[in-house]
Amino acid sequence: MRSAGRSLPRPDLRAKLSGEAVFGADLAEPGMLHVRLLRSVVAHARIVSLDLDAARQVPGVVCVVTAADLADLDPMWGHYVRDRPILADGVVRFAGEIVAAVAAETPAAAAAAVAEIDVEYDELPPLLDVTAAVAPSAPRVHSGPPRPGFACPPSAVFGDGNDFYRWRVAHTRVEPSGAEDKLVTVAHEYAFPAVYQYAMEPHAVIAEHDGDRIRVSSTCQHPFLVREELALLFGLPVDRVRVSVPFIGGGFGSKSYTKMEPVAVAVARQAGRPVKLVNRVEDAMVTTRRHGMRARMRTVADRDGRLVSRDAEIWLDTGAYADNGPTVTMVAGMAAVGPYRWDRVGVDAACVYTNLPPAGSYRGFGAAHLQWIGESQVDELAEILGMDRLQLRRQNLLARGETMIPGTRPIDADLAGDLAAVADRLGWGPPLPGRQGRGISVGVSPAGASHHSQARVELRGDGRVAVRVGTQEIGQGARTVHAQIAAEVLDLPLDRVEVVPTDTGDTPYDRSTGASRSTTVAGLAVQRASEDLRAALLRTAVERWGVDPAVATLAGGRIVAGDRSWAIEEVGACQGHGDAGELAAGGATMPLFWEVCVAGAQVTVDPDTGQIEVRRAVTAADVGRALNPSLVERQDEGCALQVVGNALFEEMRFSEEGVLLNDTLLDYRIPTVADVPHEMACVIIENGDGPGPFGAKGCGESVFGGLVAALVCAVADAGVTVRELPMSPDRVWHAIRSES
Amino acid sequence: MAARLTVNGEARELDLADNALLLDVLRDELGLIGAKRSCDVQVCGTCTVLVDGTPVSSCCFLAHDAAGREVQTVEGFALEPLWEELAAAFSRHNAFQCGFCAPGFVMTLKPLLAERRLRSRADVVAELSGNLCRCTGYRAIVDAVCEVAGVDPS
Repeated sequence: MRSAGRSLPRPDLRAKLSGEAVFGADLAEPGMLHVRLLRSVVAHARIVSLDLDAARQVPGVVCVVTAADLADLDPMWGHYVRDRPILADGVVRFAGEIVAAVAAETPAAAAAAVAEIDVEYDELPPLLDVTAAVAPSAPRVHSGPPRPGFACPPSAVFGDGNDFYRWRVAHTRVEPSGAEDKLVTVAHEYAFPAVYQYAMEPHAVIAEHDGDRIRVSSTCQHPFLVREELALLFGLPVDRVRVSVPFIGGGFGSKSYTKMEPVAVAVARQAGRPVKLVNRVEDAMVTTRRHGMRARMRTVADRDGRLVSRDAEIWLDTGAYADNGPTVTMVAGMAAVGPYRWDRVGVDAACVYTNLPPAGSYRGFGAAHLQWIGESQVDELAEILGMDRLQLRRQNLLARGETMIPGTRPIDADLAGDLAAVADRLGWGPPLPGRQGRGISVGVSPAGASHHSQARVELRGDGRVAVRVGTQEIGQGARTVHAQIAAEVLDLPLDRVEVVPTDTGDTPYDRSTGASRSTTVAGLAVQRASEDLRAALLRTAVERWGVDPAVATLAGGRIVAGDRSWAIEEVGACQGHGDAGELAAGGATMPLFWEVCVAGAQVTVDPDTGQIEVRRAVTAADVGRALNPSLVERQDEGCALQVVGNALFEEMRFSEEGVLLNDTLLDYRIPTVADVPHEMACVIIENGDGPGPFGAKGCGESVFGGLVAALVCAVADAGVTVRELPMSPDRVWHAIRSES
Repeated sequence: MAARLTVNGEARELDLADNALLLDVLRDELGLIGAKRSCDVQVCGTCTVLVDGTPVSSCCFLAHDAAGREVQTVEGFALEPLWEELAAAFSRHNAFQCGFCAPGFVMTLKPLLAERRLRSRADVVAELSGNLCRCTGYRAIVDAVCEVAGVDPS
């Protein structure tokens, strides 16, 4: 292969390094107004009064918008649950909820007007913890049953309580034998904190609403779903809503689904002019975050080292609005099972409303929450049984073709091989002395989300090829990989292929940029579209020049048949269409593929400070086929650093009143270059077994499940048991003190 | 209040509010979008520009304090041979992903490389700890910089 499979440099890097690349906040429209938001300062309250007079008097202010201005709409949004008002209507459910929006000629005027708005709140007791929220006497965060959103799976069932969604599995493969006295059991409670994605670029939207058309430029990962949601909210046909996307400064889930677009469009509608809304970090932090979680788990093994059963109860704090919480809950529940040959499994995962800011997608969700819990219990059982931890895993691991959860796709990877590769690279062996430890973990997470991806590949008159595909370039390198796929099929040099930014008016449909689906699903659509174009070119050569179809081929931008050849542009404008629908052919079970979460770590714990040093982090990228190995490594390394933050120190902290305390990067620290593990190794495993182009499957999120777990296991191996993340120095220090 | 700044070698007469931030002036008044806004508190480094050759966080730098001084943004530096060298190394290593932080890294690095102040990998790590990147694991960035600085990458 000439393009696919090579570590080619990203074509977009020069523009990003020179400042030419245009991001959301860099955009401007003629006559554009600037929007500033008034956000609630309390977590739960009735809005008694809202005085806007002074704000409206501020010079330069064009309009002040509140819920009262949306009376002609059904202003509730949410792709899974339609539970969220565009602007708070009589009640605020979290500190940070948008109460009013101001549009003004300058940002300064808009900010001044926001400061002039007078709100009187009648405070209500907030629910700030899942335990409090699921208590039988707890008040309801939302009255009335949840309304399914436009992207809610038809099979979803909602309850009336704050635990409005549950994902459960109860499966018995082998009935209990009665020899319970021979079993060993591990059971504990665990907690995972709320954390912030910190895509460095906060959300930015430019919106225009001219009565019967909406035009939006937004930093969104899923422009086609945003288009659908805006059409629904503002009562327009989908083809009257157009969403375009500039370069995106990181997403990690924080820009998935709809975020700031509804309020921006509502203000544009009121103002009758284009508006620009740009979040700051403190806005982004209350826009979406990772779910905090509490869980109980119990794992049972027999004396021979056979894993017998696992039970888990999980409560995920989705905050005041569901966002993608039910999906996170489902994936968390699946991760709790673990890829072992259990006799019995029982998992009950609940998605719980609280009065904290909404939680949604963040890279590796579910697996990040649960894999460390299950894997640390496997380690504890190994310790009790006096077995090697790796060996205990090996003898219980599911093989390719075995089913982890009834009704889901059988395991489609060589987990034992992946585990062996990581153990080998990590240097598995006898226990390390002192406060050093090693950990290894294995898991799988459902990936691909949906087969709905289409692409169009166009040959232009100048012999260059344009790829139109609705995947967003959020830094992962999707445009590079999609260009490589087209270049490979058409046998063109990479610099003759351009992947065009998305405009929903013109780009074929793609459901979303997430769930590690861009290479596998959207990439397959690009491959099929390129093949379609290739066939059209060769067909034209046969018809026009009488070429023998048996020998005609493409090579280096030319149609070649024996000793005759023509530049492809001689065919004229021509295009090919592709669709990834074949992935769902034959009623295939979900997920489209399992993303393999295998990683290893070696750490040193300083008993005096509680500081954990990551000496070695080994990740497995079981990608089927690495279409660009360098980009695969960059994905794993980047994810590894996010894991270092999530596992060791990142945590959103809320006051007793439910107000976010660490809402700046001064107080919410993310990993710097000084936090890079001493050694990072990404083992790329290519078994050609993915459903994507050339046998590829997705990557980029698996390290979250794998490496959080490996770190927890390594720290436990170093003698410190932590059951609440992050493993911050204070928590580790206290854990060490409480042992002695 | 009037202020006279030299930006990327060009003299600019501007009428600025007393509290105007250099980042806003560059982006909104002069259309130089290379410097980005993220943390607003001098932590992330993505708004880094040079004032008289020294990197500053333009999100917290008063535009009037740049009066009479030379400001260089990434758009200016991108015309120099050292930028070409740096960009080529970053490309070889696929060192950035979303690229939102990249202009800040580039501007932090310019004086360090021009003055040959990076003598070891440890120097690179120490000097870059004021620039955040959430996408990469930093390693490829450091590797590329070591290459340009001519220091042992290990």
